[in-house]
Amino acid sequence: MSVMGLFFIFIATVAIMWLVRQGVMESPWLEEGEVAHYRRAGGAEPPTAGRVGLAVFLAVAGCLFSLLAAAFFMRGDAPDWQMPPIPGVLWVNTFLLAASSVALQVAVFAARRADAERVKTALLVGAVTAALFLIGQIWAWRELLELRFFASSNAANAFFYLLTGVHALHLIGGLVALARTTDKVRGAERVTKALTTSVELCAIYWHFLLFVWLLMFAMLIGWADGFGAICRRLLS
Amino acid sequence: MSIAIAMVLVVAGSILFHVLSPWRATPIASNWGFIDDTMGLTFLVTGAGFVAVILFMAYCLYRFRHVPGRRAAYEPENQKLEAWLGIVTTIAVIILLAPGLLVWGQFITVPKDAMVIEAVGVQWSWSFRLPGADNQLGSSDVRYIDTTNSMGLSPADPKGQDDLLIASSELHLPIGKPVKVLLRSIDVLHDFYVPEIRAKMDLVPGVVTYFWFTPTKIGEYEILCAAYCGTGHPQMRGKMVIESEADFETWRTAQQTFEQSRKSDASRDKRASAQ
Amino acid sequence: MTDASVPQNVAPPPAEVPDVDLYHAHSWITKYVFSQDAKVIAIQYAGTAITVGILALVLSWVIRLQLAFPGAIPFIDANVYYQSVTMHGMIMVVYMLTAIFLGGFGNYLIPLMVGARDMVFPYVNMLSYWVYLIATLVLVSSYFFPGGPTGAGWTLYPPQSILTGTPGHEYGIILMLVSLILFIVGFTMGGLNYVVTVLQARTRGMTLMRMPLTVWGIFSAAVMALLAFPGLFVACVMLLLDRTLGTSFFMPSLVELGERKDYVGGSPILFQHLFWFFGHPEVYIVALPAFGIVSDLISVHARKNIFGYRMMVWAIIAIGVLSMVVWGHHMYISGMDPWFGFFFAVTTLAIAVPTALKVYNWVLTLWHADIHFTTPMLFALGFLVTFVNGGITGLYLGNVIVDVPLSATLFVVAHFHMVMGIAPVLVIFGAIYHWYPKITGRMMDERLGKIHFWITFLGAYAIFFPMHYLGVLGMPRRFYEMGETAFVPASAATLNIVITVIALAVGFAQSIFFYNLFKSLKYGAPAGGNPWRAASLEWQTPETPPGHGNWGKHLPVVYRWPYAYSVPGAPEDYLPQNAPPVRGERSP
Ligand code: HEM
Ligand SMILES: [Cu+2]
Ligand SMILES: [Cu+2]
Repeated sequence: MSVMGLFFIFIATVAIMWLVRQGVMESPWLEEGEVAHYRRAGGAEPPTAGRVGLAVFLAVAGCLFSLLAAAFFMRGDAPDWQMPPIPGVLWVNTFLLAASSVALQVAVFAARRADAERVKTALLVGAVTAALFLIGQIWAWRELLELRFFASSNAANAFFYLLTGVHALHLIGGLVALARTTDKVRGAERVTKALTTSVELCAIYWHFLLFVWLLMFAMLIGWADGFGAICRRLLS
Repeated sequence: MSIAIAMVLVVAGSILFHVLSPWRATPIASNWGFIDDTMGLTFLVTGAGFVAVILFMAYCLYRFRHVPGRRAAYEPENQKLEAWLGIVTTIAVIILLAPGLLVWGQFITVPKDAMVIEAVGVQWSWSFRLPGADNQLGSSDVRYIDTTNSMGLSPADPKGQDDLLIASSELHLPIGKPVKVLLRSIDVLHDFYVPEIRAKMDLVPGVVTYFWFTPTKIGEYEILCAAYCGTGHPQMRGKMVIESEADFETWRTAQQTFEQSRKSDASRDKRASAQ
Repeated sequence: MTDASVPQNVAPPPAEVPDVDLYHAHSWITKYVFSQDAKVIAIQYAGTAITVGILALVLSWVIRLQLAFPGAIPFIDANVYYQSVTMHGMIMVVYMLTAIFLGGFGNYLIPLMVGARDMVFPYVNMLSYWVYLIATLVLVSSYFFPGGPTGAGWTLYPPQSILTGTPGHEYGIILMLVSLILFIVGFTMGGLNYVVTVLQARTRGMTLMRMPLTVWGIFSAAVMALLAFPGLFVACVMLLLDRTLGTSFFMPSLVELGERKDYVGGSPILFQHLFWFFGHPEVYIVALPAFGIVSDLISVHARKNIFGYRMMVWAIIAIGVLSMVVWGHHMYISGMDPWFGFFFAVTTLAIAVPTALKVYNWVLTLWHADIHFTTPMLFALGFLVTFVNGGITGLYLGNVIVDVPLSATLFVVAHFHMVMGIAPVLVIFGAIYHWYPKITGRMMDERLGKIHFWITFLGAYAIFFPMHYLGVLGMPRRFYEMGETAFVPASAATLNIVITVIALAVGFAQSIFFYNLFKSLKYGAPAGGNPWRAASLEWQTPETPPGHGNWGKHLPVVYRWPYAYSVPGAPEDYLPQNAPPVRGERSP
């Protein structure tokens, strides 16, 4: 629950600060004229719709993962809770996903420098490492299933599959978007502004998924137990 | 125009209905008169608000209806008026909330000397358990449930051996003594609900919930289930009998303990297998 | 420019959208079926929502008939009753109200009201509708599976919802959960569009504080829905796994009808937290768009600016924020830690303050106004009465200790029908009467509209007002028959019959509306572009109905707020948002 609380306070603060900046406290609405009140921070370029869209989507996905985490901690209180052993391959996966994130960031830098060749390689590396991550996740599932840690035998196992599964689905969705971007880059003569934006969006999404994965991994291997204990103390 | 009249009629009709309605809260039979008082207070405050807002609106509708030549005023806002309305509303809300929270505080603090009993819900009937001579209820778990142990009492727990089991859906309680009702469900959500005592609480499988009250009126009351629990939900009934201390003792001594019930079951089984 | 404080380095946004950014339909199919035009998607959404809404209405007759004449109607048994209650509730709340306000009115009005050519992601917008349609079809298809639809109650509380004591535990519950998951996926796509369009596609001069309250309402509802629906999503996915794979997220060890189940350790209360984390905001997801629309209806038809626009916006924001932290008021007697009761009672009653301020401002808008009793106005006024009535009973249920005797009784049913059933439905009708001329170019019949209003408003009030008293008496909800119960007098049964008769009459009276809706399509009086003489942008389109791209060649430029009605010195009693100011004219 407190995970949720933290997330919610974060979102609410961002939203309210933004609204205040947009002038909800003032009364420009009573003035008349073409642009009664157009204020933007330092005249910087306005964000594109895609970027705003992604930001909103990340808020939604963040909400989803926070709720899952809240459920994880609440359910984890029950006496029957027994975490499964963590397959070693997850460490490799973590490394792969981080590498994927780095690759996409390299692609962003390359795109900004209009280095089309470099963008292509970096995107490819990013996609391949991400795909390897997914295969690694399936590997981890198989390993657990072979050791007979079924979803139905303990809720902790079920949470393991659920969390990694939902995360993987998000990554698969990301891969679709990445594939389309790669396709566009391949067809393009030079790196246009729109392309750079696409690459940037992919990279942001990747960093988000990496961030979520790191927190999730910490939860699964029990590093977050302390946090769960704090929540419990706060609640009682 | 007619809408202004209709609004006055709606207000008048609502008040009239309230005054004439034969459907009122059941006569209270517990110590939770405070709940009724808080509800009465809420009715007065909110009712006054409802009447004031709707009648004011009706007046505006009548007074400022369109007639040829009328032009509305231009009045973007009036911060002072809005602030005042905000303050008055806040005060009204605090008037409602403060007593409510106080009574809730009592509701969740069980008196030390409360007699502890247990109500067990199962699709779709009630059963009860009272502590025996040791004044303590034994532990329980769904794992122990079988045909001779429908409430799942732990057979090994010495505290549970003398517990009185009441399978007949009829619970007796002495008047004037606070009771803490432990609630346990064996299958799905149920809710122990006797309208006359006002209090109610869910039964949640896997955990033991509770609430408390003091019976204040001798009589027989119907126990209902107030949490939807499947197709038999409306048929899940029980009876609660509030009686004098002496009557209650007589009734209690006539109940079977857990130990006795297991013995009689066992002997019945033996007889059955001997035949 | 009258505002000297505007920093000079800021370039106003362009008044032109490059043509390449606009989507063009090339065939009949892409124009009317797989359309990416928000206006067509809006009609598709609304049409689907109203269709399932009618199904839900018919189901409410089944419920009412059983309550009035228990056992007398041959085809209604306990299974059918509970299935009807469940489907009625779920359809009305999610598939009808949410879909019509956000998918229907949101799609139609947001781009027009903020001066955009379309939603920012038209393709995603189209997908959103089709996923929604599939979700409703999956839900309705549960009638054709063995066991029928689920009868778990719209709250779907485990353990009961997936156990055998509940009708539809075979397939109905699975289809319900799958359908909800699909709905949420579809809604998220639409919701992203509504939010980003408001943030990004506002035309030149349309600052946030110059948006009509309708846009504010739909915008904040969309934001809330985006944050709240994940709660339902998580709950549904986990419940689905409990049902299909035998996991124990929510399922404790239990013995059902003498049979020991394999579940162990799960927490039914966890489900309730997740469900109500969505469920309460859902109330406001339905209410906020209604708030916004009602503000505009009242302002236009009373020819007066909405009173206290800023307060209205702040109240919407405050309600939006607060309503994310009040879900526990549905769980006062759920067995959760009783100390939560204090917290949730305080937050819940705190919400009453901004809500009350909104009511005051609506009513104060009528003060010194010039009120035209058109059909949309009547519906808006009807909303005020039912909403105030339902709002004050909310104060009973929010105040934790008063909720204890009332929860799970018919008082709750009466309360939420007043506040989130009848009130928003009245707004939907009012909004349809109001915007129909813009959508079709023809007026609806006023006389039929008024008849429809009187029957619906008075009838609905008469259905649900007396029901509170049955709740105070102690009659529980979700009882398919009361049977012999000592504390229930015989007169309660009489009242139930009266309520049912009115409910049937009100239900059938809706045919007047549908007759009007279809008749006016062809025979309605031509409306012209702006029949209500309204100031907001959607009435200023060059064509009516608005053409593809909404605005012809040039996007409108906005010069003032949308409530410039009866401005002193102005020649007309309204100034359109995009009418350039006359030089030397006094700024209002
Ligand atoms: C004239 C129209 C309507 C009538 C006559 C009606 C009647 C009823 C009745 C009799 C019940 C069952 C109460 C019980 O549990 O005993 C019910 C439940 C419900 N209704 Fe309606 N209703 C109407 C419209 C609506 C609307 C517009 C909504 C939208 C919010 C709605 C939402 C619900 C919900 C959420 C439930 C609870 C279902 C459950 O208990 O699982 N109803 N309705
Ligand atoms: Cu029940
Ligand atoms: Cu709520």
